[in-house]
Amino acid sequence: MTVLSSRPTNEELADLARQARWKIVETVAASKAGHIGGPLSATDVLIALYFAQLDIDPAAPQDPDRDRFILSKGHSAIGLYSVLALRGYFPVDELATFDHGNSRLQGHPDMLLTPGVDASTGSLGQGLSAGAGMALGAKRLGKDFHTWVMVGDGEIEEGMIWETVLSAPRFGLDNLTLIIDLNGLQQYGWPSEANDRFDRSEPVGHVDLERVFTGFGWNTLTIDGHDFDEIFEAFGRVSADRGVSGLPTVIISRTTKGRGISFTEGTYKWHNGVATEDQLETAHAELLGETGENR
Amino acid sequence: MKAQRLVWGETLADLAANDQRVVVLDGDLATSTRADIVAEAVPGAFIEVGIAEQNMVGMAFGLSTLGYRPWLSTFGVFLTHRAVDQLRMLVSQTKAPVRVAAAYSGLLNGSSGKTHQDIEDLAIMRAMPNMTVIAPADEHEAEAVFRWAAEHDGPVYVRVARDAVSPVFDESYSFAPGVPHLVAEGTDVTLISTGVQTSRTLEAVSLLAQRGISAKLIHLPTLKPLDADRLVELIGDAQTVVTVEEHSRIGGLGGLVSEVLSERGGTRVIRIGLEDRWSESAPNDFLLDKYGLSPERVAAAVVDELARSV
Repeated sequence: MTVLSSRPTNEELADLARQARWKIVETVAASKAGHIGGPLSATDVLIALYFAQLDIDPAAPQDPDRDRFILSKGHSAIGLYSVLALRGYFPVDELATFDHGNSRLQGHPDMLLTPGVDASTGSLGQGLSAGAGMALGAKRLGKDFHTWVMVGDGEIEEGMIWETVLSAPRFGLDNLTLIIDLNGLQQYGWPSEANDRFDRSEPVGHVDLERVFTGFGWNTLTIDGHDFDEIFEAFGRVSADRGVSGLPTVIISRTTKGRGISFTEGTYKWHNGVATEDQLETAHAELLGETGENR
Repeated sequence: MKAQRLVWGETLADLAANDQRVVVLDGDLATSTRADIVAEAVPGAFIEVGIAEQNMVGMAFGLSTLGYRPWLSTFGVFLTHRAVDQLRMLVSQTKAPVRVAAAYSGLLNGSSGKTHQDIEDLAIMRAMPNMTVIAPADEHEAEAVFRWAAEHDGPVYVRVARDAVSPVFDESYSFAPGVPHLVAEGTDVTLISTGVQTSRTLEAVSLLAQRGISAKLIHLPTLKPLDADRLVELIGDAQTVVTVEEHSRIGGLGGLVSEVLSERGGTRVIRIGLEDRWSESAPNDFLLDKYGLSPERVAAAVVDELARSV
């Protein structure tokens, strides 16, 4: 795992994240189908990974020594595709083919089709296990790369996640990092309660995830997943821990579903959705306009 | 006479000793599946993942992306049912070179009963794109299949029977995917069988001969892919074929042969297999007799069918 010397500034990363968010909402609107809230909550961490953390080369997407990233919450594919396109894996214009027939950009990530996709996902709960296999393989082969897996907080309701959480410390996988995009909402979920952040109950709001993961033997970090300083602080601690604790790390990344666009933030109703012309105009102004409130 | 699971353990130990890509993932059943032979002989090739079959499939997929050729080892029923989504998403979809060693396949599982009997696996697995599906007849074919699968660049599902059967083939057997084998020539009736049921069906052929009935027996080790032209050629001009399998009558060998022949027209297919209901815990001989798969019951069913069709 190489730490890049020419890391973009936080402002440059924030600008890239705004561009990615615009491609997400624009592409889904053009395709008339797709997810919004989950891709938008994950965008900042994805930008941070692909532009300043992962040891990757878009010109050599199959390099055996590259860092791996698995988007286990595969329905957020358009978020990953937007970041991969901006990073140079394929032309940004190709995003317009998302969900179209014969496209390399399927509704859920397909490793056989899309450059830069390290694992096919779409049925929730499977990516961490795939990442554990990659991390174990790296250990066995003496390879130095790091494997990152992102899951959603709704996704960790899947039982298979916990099979891997239970066993990963036994394999000594300090080259495996799980990022939980804890955006506080799932597609519909449970009715809201008094202490919830948004308009439905948080998927795991009743669970102390730090204690749970610590109890399972993981290194546990909690960050604001929209704050680049906190994101890189966590990434730095992951790097520093390699070869030290011998344990996998979980980064609990607290985020806001639908982050970055006023009408999509903090509501389950934009889990998926197709923006109207007016809404697109609003989103564009907020993300890329000269006076956008998020600029 | 040697059990396929024992052959599997010994063959995998040999393969693993000579090829670092070979790893065996165990779901805490190594002493049953005989993955313990690998663990003892080549410890570095053995990976315990605990009682977590879904995670086992996911980790095998992850390992396969780095060049490993992982074998999954547990009771088949836990792979084709509990972990079917993982096999579908991470192995079938991605064409990962993961090998599924489905131990204790079929009806006979050491009296573990209906929860552990996997009699729907062939129907499930042959419906998955990219999946090669094989049910070897005996110890010799099994070893050839394991060695072939080790080199195959894609997903393979193999039935591994718990208990030994009388060999159908000898050491000279060589395996090629999709190819049906003519095991016995006959003129009165044509039987098609797969897996270790072929051994019992061959005994049924002997019983039929004692009654003056000349039965042809075709063994079909590969449910997918299939050399359908060769199968039709071996069937010849038979008006009726009888399929025999240690599997549900739904969707397995009988289903496959019916599909092939219905597209070509003319041949009636009688399917001998497990009825669409739950079975029970009992010794092998009891189960084979009660559920119609013993040589005697198969022979009797063929005699009845011939009497009906006269």
